Amino acid sequence: MIEVQNLSKSYQGNNVLENINVKFERGGITAIVGGNGAGKSTLLSIISQLEEADTGHVLFDGQNIGSISRELLAKHLSILRQDNHLVGRLTVRDLVSFGRYPYSKGRLTQEDQNHVDTALRFLDLESLQHRYLDALSGGQRQRAFVAMVMCQDTDYVLLDEPLNNLDMKHSVAMMKMIRRLADEQNRTVLIVIHDINFAAAYADRILALKQGKLICHDCPKTIMNSETLELIFDTPVKVEEHDGRPLAVYYR
Amino acid sequence: MKLFKQDYHRIAGLSALMLISALLFLFMDIQGSLSYALPRRFWMLMTIMIVGISSGIATLLFHTITHNRILTPAVMGFESLYILIKTALVFWLGSSFNWFGSTILKFAVESSIMLGFVLMLYRGLFQKTEDLHRLLLIGIIFGVLFASISTLLQRILEPAEFDILQGRLFAKLTLPDPSLILLCLGLMSVLIGITWRQRYLFDVIALGRTQALSLGIDHSKAVTKILILVSVFVAISTALIGPLTFLGFLAATLAYQLTHNHKHYLLIPMAGLLGCIFLVAGQVILEHLMGMAGALTIVIEFIGGILFLTLLMKKGRL
Repeated sequence: MIEVQNLSKSYQGNNVLENINVKFERGGITAIVGGNGAGKSTLLSIISQLEEADTGHVLFDGQNIGSISRELLAKHLSILRQDNHLVGRLTVRDLVSFGRYPYSKGRLTQEDQNHVDTALRFLDLESLQHRYLDALSGGQRQRAFVAMVMCQDTDYVLLDEPLNNLDMKHSVAMMKMIRRLADEQNRTVLIVIHDINFAAAYADRILALKQGKLICHDCPKTIMNSETLELIFDTPVKVEEHDGRPLAVYYR
Repeated sequence: MKLFKQDYHRIAGLSALMLISALLFLFMDIQGSLSYALPRRFWMLMTIMIVGISSGIATLLFHTITHNRILTPAVMGFESLYILIKTALVFWLGSSFNWFGSTILKFAVESSIMLGFVLMLYRGLFQKTEDLHRLLLIGIIFGVLFASISTLLQRILEPAEFDILQGRLFAKLTLPDPSLILLCLGLMSVLIGITWRQRYLFDVIALGRTQALSLGIDHSKAVTKILILVSVFVAISTALIGPLTFLGFLAATLAYQLTHNHKHYLLIPMAGLLGCIFLVAGQVILEHLMGMAGALTIVIEFIGGILFLTLLMKKGRL
């Protein structure tokens, strides 16, 4: 379980996160939603120790996460951020293989290769595995990065906007894949996502942030009403029933 | 998969090319007493091979921590720093100070001071700033600052001392003290050993800070480690020949071009070999085929400088 206690963070006087208290139970998908600049990415970065909090702390299974060595943490928690640009020339398979670094330190064993194969298959990248990343579309590259994170074989997987650059088909495929990660492999997934309907359709819980404050953390059914959504996103939203599920309509 | 084989073939090809140029360097047009000419050429060859390899690998590692292909230790002012240290030592101790007759002691003191300053000035810079142009600007300012302080000190020096110092600072292919060559050779072998052992780590560092952290690497420790390696490599090449701003840049840039797969186990030998070939083969060609001895460094700086500007214009994309 990941527990966030009294977490605050500010950049040059602007409060990005204010006194956040939240628990992420083991298992399932939690979608983090909120407007631009709500602090979603910062929250993920602090949980995964990419950034430091000003005050408060993060507990990982009851232990202060800062006291866990990075080497060990990399076997339990992985993160994929939005800005993934590479300088060098690598193939898809090379990139995915980096996910095994915490275990094999670069000397891949047969078991590592099996993990890489599984991840490539899971993300439908087998036919592209020997292609160079700079010769791929943004969406294909995004899938390669997700495959790398999957290969890291961690209990917790943190994804910052994995639907970035993906078209409709691949967005749905990606969300289904994340759902399978949670259901079949029993991973705990935290994902930052912009599309509230994707969040409602696939996540078990939704955590909403607004200007660095926690608005709510609950199951989609409770959150998907126009009152709550308008509070979160500051824009008129109608919620309609579609196939027995709530659907937010906010386009006009 | 075929491409991987091609990378190995290219390394083999470059090794052969290096061997041939080394032999040519040793035996081409050799005249007079062999017992005089051969040892002389041999030490010369050792010197320029060490410099070529060190510059190539230093620049490669530097690119790995800075996540770009434009900045080099020289552009960031490492060499000017080394020269400033040399100048300051002459200024305060006097050129007649003979370091108890030991070139090795002198080199050790100079490179330790260099190491200290590099860690102090640059470590924070590469951990936080990712903006290429800002880094470049800071590097150039550092470079100019160090160079200006050196010039100031040189002006205050007595003319005779200045003359001696000047002789030591220009990039030129004169024969250094064999004991210094051996020391540098030994030191370089150790550094290459360390670099080679960490080749997989460097691959991960090259992915960027976030990825490296996420994969469980203590990024700031790794940056410190690489900066130490780079500063000693730079100290070696600057002590033996002098500042060669663009040699390492040429070698590393060509290494990326010639390697399909940008993994360090391929890039490290490639960059080292290329740095070496540029100096050895370049020297053979200039000296024996074009009859202009000693101008090699200028030619390398000229070609390297043009390549550098071209890449900079293309915004560091390659």
